[in-house]
Amino acid sequence: MRIEVQIQKMLRSSGREFHLDVEFTCLDDVSVVFGASGSGKSATLRAIAGLDRPDSGRIVVDGRVLFDSARGIDVPARMRSVGYLFQDYALFPHLTVEDNVAFPVNPWWRRRPAREVAKRIRDLMDIFEIGSVAQSYPWQISGGQRQRVGLARTLIRKPAVLLLDEPFAALDPLLRIRMRQELLNTQWLFKVPMLAITHDPEDVSVLAETVVVLNQGRVEKTVDVKTAPYRDGDGRVNEGSIRELLMGIDKAGPPLLRRKTICAVK
Amino acid sequence: MVPLLLTLKVACWATLFATAFGVLVAYAIARLRFPGRELLDAIMTLPMVMPPTVLGYYLLVLVGRRGPIGHWLETHFGISLVFTWQGAVIAAAVVAFPLVYKGARAAFEGVEHHYEQAARVLGKSEWGVFVRVTLPLAWRGILAGAMLAFARAMGEFGATLMVAGSLPGKTQTLSIAVYEAVQAGKDDVANFLVIVTSVVCITILVASGRMLQPRFAA
Repeated sequence: MRIEVQIQKMLRSSGREFHLDVEFTCLDDVSVVFGASGSGKSATLRAIAGLDRPDSGRIVVDGRVLFDSARGIDVPARMRSVGYLFQDYALFPHLTVEDNVAFPVNPWWRRRPAREVAKRIRDLMDIFEIGSVAQSYPWQISGGQRQRVGLARTLIRKPAVLLLDEPFAALDPLLRIRMRQELLNTQWLFKVPMLAITHDPEDVSVLAETVVVLNQGRVEKTVDVKTAPYRDGDGRVNEGSIRELLMGIDKAGPPLLRRKTICAVK
Repeated sequence: MVPLLLTLKVACWATLFATAFGVLVAYAIARLRFPGRELLDAIMTLPMVMPPTVLGYYLLVLVGRRGPIGHWLETHFGISLVFTWQGAVIAAAVVAFPLVYKGARAAFEGVEHHYEQAARVLGKSEWGVFVRVTLPLAWRGILAGAMLAFARAMGEFGATLMVAGSLPGKTQTLSIAVYEAVQAGKDDVANFLVIVTSVVCITILVASGRMLQPRFAA
């Protein structure tokens, strides 16, 4: 599985200009794009999904060209066969859990799943342990269950790649640890390649095989973290060296004001 | 009872037309960016602030015998709208239109974009997104607007009088009948019609207020 991204885009918001110019290639099952907020990681993910259109560049997923400005290719989002887990999962509030999961395979004139797909939906809900809340609405279930519904809904169409937008940011810390493991299990079970964006170093150490570090709209480095010094001989993650790798970007950020400096200004 | 039944018939048809067009225009204005968008919005809201008699006059100019639409209808289909209940429907629909248009526009703008984007990434066509996501999330606001439009259509007086006149049993709607009854000194008839109108309008306002209450509590 190979994801090639090479895009440029000028973003304007409230009078400020931001130039996104990223280029990276991922070959692994789980890749993580790491960066502070405002580093352009969301814009990159949205471009891969087809939700935003880059000014120029090229996006290739698994040999399929999704976007190529030079050749005038821009596959619409609905035909990219890309899964996208929104930060708050974007579960449809007017549909039950079951109808949310069935949504992608239902034709437009049906709200309830057809009999042919009902079993597939039930099996998928059982895998994600959401069968017991099938008839509940999204606002009636817990945060962890919501994420599982979001995953089930994107995976029912067997996407070529699953994009995850800050997948654990909406969860409380204890749940976060559990859901990271669940996500790895999901990856193993469905064999779907994943590309997540995050600002949480913990996500990188638990999930990543490749990490792309973004800083102010540019790729600072793309690092394979499957081997030493990021893993020990028995495959355990060496958190220290991962943190060192990621924290390098902070040097470029604004320096922290010390109390002394503030007094001096007075 | 004849004016009441006629009024209900006119108001139902008027609401139907106003809602169909209102939803269409509201969706276009809420979701598309095109030149003249704000001007179109102003024109669509105009019937709300213009005197109904002025609107009635415009309608007469358009659908009257010598008007472009009226002339075309008469020569091709032999239809004349002036002094008919169908004419009253058109007058009421135009006057009621801004209420459903405004309601629908606010409802569409209240639908968060990321639900529609999620539906697109999940493989839905634009039509599928509209039918399965946008419309279901906006329908309460649209319905509330349609109910207000119905109430407005029921009470229509000025434009209806200009276009359809006041032919008893044919185009004489409730509000016109009230006027005629008071003019003729028939107080009992006027009282009855006034009470019926008030009850219907209050019922509709209470119901449409309920429609706008938030549904998805967190």
